[in-house]
Amino acid sequence: MALIQFREAIAQAMAEEMARDDRVFLLGEEVAQYNGAYKASKGLLDQFGASRVWDSPISEAGFAGLGVGAAMVGLRPIIEMMTWNFGIQGFDQIVNHAAKMCYMSGGQFNVPIVFRGPNGAAHMLGSQHSQSFDAMLTNVPGMKVISPSTPYDTKGLLKSAIRDNNPVIFLESEMMYGLKGEVPEGEYLIPIGVGDIKRAGEHVTIIAWNKMLHVAMAAAEQLVSIGVSAEVLDPRTLQPLDEELIFSSVRKTHRLVIVDEGWDFAATSAQISDRVQRECFDDLDAPVVRVNSLFVPMPYAEDLEHAVLPTAERVVEAVKEVLYVG
Amino acid sequence: MALVIEMPKLSDTMEEGGIANWLKKEGEKIGEGEPLVEIETDKATQEYESPEEGVLLKILVQPGKAVALRTPIAIIGAAGEKFDLAALTGGGTKTAATTPAAAPTTSAVPPKPTAKPVGAPFGTPVGAPFGAVTVTSAQAAPVGVGRVKASPLARKVAAELGVDVSQISGSGPAGRVVLRDIEHRSGSGAAAAQSALVQPGVAGAASTTIPVTMMRKTIAKRLLAAKNDAPHFYLTISADVTKLEAWRQQLNGAAAKAAKAGVAATKVSLNDVVILAASRALKVHPEVNSSWQGDTILQHAEAHVAIAVALPEGLVTPVIRRADALGLRDIAASVRDLAGKAKDGKLSNDAYAGGTFTISNLGMFGIEEFTAIINPPQAAILAVGAALPTPWVDEHGALVVQQRMKMTLSCDHRVVDGATGAKFLQTLVSYLEEPMQMLV
Repeated sequence: MALIQFREAIAQAMAEEMARDDRVFLLGEEVAQYNGAYKASKGLLDQFGASRVWDSPISEAGFAGLGVGAAMVGLRPIIEMMTWNFGIQGFDQIVNHAAKMCYMSGGQFNVPIVFRGPNGAAHMLGSQHSQSFDAMLTNVPGMKVISPSTPYDTKGLLKSAIRDNNPVIFLESEMMYGLKGEVPEGEYLIPIGVGDIKRAGEHVTIIAWNKMLHVAMAAAEQLVSIGVSAEVLDPRTLQPLDEELIFSSVRKTHRLVIVDEGWDFAATSAQISDRVQRECFDDLDAPVVRVNSLFVPMPYAEDLEHAVLPTAERVVEAVKEVLYVG
Repeated sequence: MALVIEMPKLSDTMEEGGIANWLKKEGEKIGEGEPLVEIETDKATQEYESPEEGVLLKILVQPGKAVALRTPIAIIGAAGEKFDLAALTGGGTKTAATTPAAAPTTSAVPPKPTAKPVGAPFGTPVGAPFGAVTVTSAQAAPVGVGRVKASPLARKVAAELGVDVSQISGSGPAGRVVLRDIEHRSGSGAAAAQSALVQPGVAGAASTTIPVTMMRKTIAKRLLAAKNDAPHFYLTISADVTKLEAWRQQLNGAAAKAAKAGVAATKVSLNDVVILAASRALKVHPEVNSSWQGDTILQHAEAHVAIAVALPEGLVTPVIRRADALGLRDIAASVRDLAGKAKDGKLSNDAYAGGTFTISNLGMFGIEEFTAIINPPQAAILAVGAALPTPWVDEHGALVVQQRMKMTLSCDHRVVDGATGAKFLQTLVSYLEEPMQMLV
């Protein structure tokens, strides 16, 4: 097993897939000469050359559309958004074209494209650079959405995403690029749409993804001291959701807390909550409780940002609520 | 099915209503929502619409007359329908009170009047307006009654175990029955999953964990609040009830004789006399018949004396309304009636509302004296001990044996000062020692 950073997992996945298949190329701001704004494409220009690793202008709509076109005629683009907060500039290309092209063309065109980049808040980046977009993106039929939390999940899932013939949204996080984790030496893939129990437990299921997974794990540690055994479930893929894993966990623990960095209204966690109440109604001992970012544009001030984002303390309180303990 | 139309409460401050004009005649059809009668309230004359479609079968109150709220004023039903007026209206109409009763804290008359139920259909009323009155709002415990709040899982497990979820008291929010309530109830070992969260108890002993009922929760909450909010102080006095007891025996003897002759007459207990005396003393000392309201103190116009009734499941304090205006036999009858209904769980929520003073008597258990906790928003409570033959030094300095009864008055010092409470007790004792004083 090798211990690598999240950013290295991304670079390795892209390199392996680009080596395996000539049609795969990378396009985005700073991905080539600068080796990536966050060094997630380090070494790729050197390894594969300028025809496979392209620096784009600052024009997300333009290069997202370019990617869609390229995918429609047989290439397999990886389009990097420097942050998904910029990626919204390319939403028309992503939502109206990439996601709908297969359907609207009656299956004549596939769009085997990956749009990847960091999602959600980092540290004091302000309102316009801190939003989490998984609610908006999972809400569109025609594309898959993946949001991993570890180097292991990232590498395996990014490879699967590149090989998938559908448009896939891949949500990373600036704050996790330096996160280290073990990955196997040889090649491995993780199937899209399969979740992972990161921590087995009995009393409550905590669902969390991306950087919130680590908040949930911290909360689970804290809960040990009051005798609560929390099960932490990382769905890894948000669209489609691994519902069976979620339901089987909730049926075991009878209580669900969801930690979601996005604002609560119409969030991905709201979808999970609804599905659980529908399918696991008789197994619930308490209503599903969600821990979300407070419904405000992200403040710039550090202490306010901390107050907005979900924390392990808030997760612990939510768990206590569903366990009916003080 | 004939429907009794009662005098409705058309305004917050309305205590009685006058019939100004009937808009339909007896025998006339009326539609739902159609104006039926013009009613004079304390503010204006208003049209009152019929809640149901039917025929105006009978007008019970003629124009020009004023009646108290909830007095039956008409009957609506199907054409030609026969109905038993006495059964429907519970016998007799109420005349308007000459002095407005202390505003009951329960909510206004519902706009859709129904016949007075003879005993609530489920045995215990639910949806009690948990007003700011006595502990006894707890009596509307949902155990066994009405809609039970339970988590879906709790219901499922209860069904699997053959446990009636409505019989289990819930520890979740708003009394929701949750899994642990079922597990503890059925003694299932699955409680282990939760037990990790609970302080490790004594290992090996045969302790019992009893779920807290709604009633007990409410008692706990209210009396804790009373002790926290009201600065209590206590005044103890004893009364020579030798004369009183002799008089009481006489009364009861006469009652027994009357019963033999076929005339019903209630026997009276010593506590009934205490209630009588206390209610009269409260009129003389209205400062004790008061409630703390923060910026004001409300002195009640009448003494609604609550009596503590011990039930297996807890304590309730039904109220004898206007005790100061009731004679001794009426008080005794009221006590029997309330205590009986309390034991059968048939007390309506009105029975707990509006008490201005409480009397608690533990004399039958041999308790010589004790201190009671005030029932908010009242300002005082009287704790009555047993009447016992007691050695006493009389006014001549001689050692005698008297039948003496100790009473302890707990007072809320925000409302009642020591001297005030003491004077009340002096009056009370004078009534008990010289009962004839209550007649003048």
